[in-house]
Amino acid sequence: MIPRLWVLGLVSFMTLPTLVVIGVSFNPTAILSFPPAGLSLRWYANVITYPQFQRAAVNSLLVTAAATALAMPIGTAAALALARGRLRLRSTWATILLSPLVVPGVAAGLGFLILAASLGLLRSRVVLVMAHAALVLPFVVRSVWVSVESLDPALERAAASLGATPWRVFRRVTLPLLRPGLLTALLFAVIVSLNEFVVSLFISNRVTEILPVAMFTYVVNYTDPTIAALSTLFIASTFVAVWIADRFLGLGGVFLHHR
Amino acid sequence: MKLLLAPSLVVIAVFAAALTALLRYSVVEFVPGSLKTGGLTADNFRAVLARQYLGAVWDTLLLSAATTLCTLVASYPVAYALARTRSSRVRSALLVLTLAPFFSGAIVRTYAWVLVLGNTVVTWPVPLLFTERGVLIGLVHFSMPTMILLLAAALSHIDPVYERAASSLGATPARVFWRVTLPLSMPGVVSGCVLVFAWTLSAFATPELLGGGKVKMIANVVRDLALDSFNWPGGAAFAVVALAVTLSILAAAGRLTSGRAP
Repeated sequence: MIPRLWVLGLVSFMTLPTLVVIGVSFNPTAILSFPPAGLSLRWYANVITYPQFQRAAVNSLLVTAAATALAMPIGTAAALALARGRLRLRSTWATILLSPLVVPGVAAGLGFLILAASLGLLRSRVVLVMAHAALVLPFVVRSVWVSVESLDPALERAAASLGATPWRVFRRVTLPLLRPGLLTALLFAVIVSLNEFVVSLFISNRVTEILPVAMFTYVVNYTDPTIAALSTLFIASTFVAVWIADRFLGLGGVFLHHR
Repeated sequence: MKLLLAPSLVVIAVFAAALTALLRYSVVEFVPGSLKTGGLTADNFRAVLARQYLGAVWDTLLLSAATTLCTLVASYPVAYALARTRSSRVRSALLVLTLAPFFSGAIVRTYAWVLVLGNTVVTWPVPLLFTERGVLIGLVHFSMPTMILLLAAALSHIDPVYERAASSLGATPARVFWRVTLPLSMPGVVSGCVLVFAWTLSAFATPELLGGGKVKMIANVVRDLALDSFNWPGGAAFAVVALAVTLSILAAAGRLTSGRAP
């Protein structure tokens, strides 16, 4: 009903900037031109050898790993309680757990900065990890909760009636059945944490900053295609992650209702 | 079962402690040149309405409204195609193309627009980079994936039988859209607009990079005050205002949509 050309135009509007970034990243000189004036991996080499990016990449991996390791079990436990527990005020609990999603980044960022200063933790990564854990928790709770809701309790009852201990039921029946939900949660947690910018900008310094913050500083100070190269690496890895997720988990099922 | 909630509440408690620290700083006096603070005061909130900053507040509201409207108009056709296509290939392609920017972070997405708006590809007839127009384009692009997903979810709940019935009774495609499709998709339209408006109110990276210091939204003022002037109380007051407005919009909309739900 809606002209295909319109949809095509709008999808190109969404995709065009990405293509420009990828093109610009291969420029042989520091001039940002598209299409690129030649094909060179010079800026990729610069990404890999720039010391501040190396340090920030290590920080990103540390913070994301720690925040995900915290948020996954904690969020899964909360999702199980929300879906299965006979809770009064269930929707209130859910709202509280999902609330970090709606707090403006600058409010959370400045809040964590003031908190860190008052606890004398300005130089430590602990605050960064806690902030990231809180920010990815809603995504974990949501994904696992959806998965628990669609799990048939009869399967667990069958295992229990055949003599399995509650722990064994959880290990051998519940967890394997929740695997798609857990993988979606993990994907969300890692991507959200790796890309988190505003809150991290407030609570990190040159030593603890993560990649998006280092990229921001670079963009403000230099105008060569280095950030285009680093962006291309980011885009390529998220694209592959989303494609794999859609292939094996069916992202359409998470977002769309099929009759 | 209740014990399973306890660890998550610890994480949320830390988050709440940060917001409490923010609230506390928003009502104490700023001592220039020092991170120590003075006594209780309402001056920080008075400064939000001072002439110096009123422009940023006004720009933020205008840009958020414009972004919401443009995003809705630009997202509807894509969401419709996503919800109605029968080919699973087309659906997958549309999903990946719309979701990929959703998953690449603020800096990557905004930097891409720095290149496009900065005359890298073509020379624009009007200047776009470091103008409000440019910031608007960036904000719309940033908000589209969210809007598309919410609209597509709402549209995929509408049985196409209603549209077919209307057109078999002689309605023109435009009439079918205005009288059947759009009214039935209103829950998605409302939740999409509310979310986009609330998020744009506290947008930071897009105005910071595409505005180049010439376009300031509330979040950029917070950063300037807190990180450049070390005026944490002043920044905190602005952040509290942004937080309060965001939460009240979402709360009002929550009531709106729950009253509408069948």
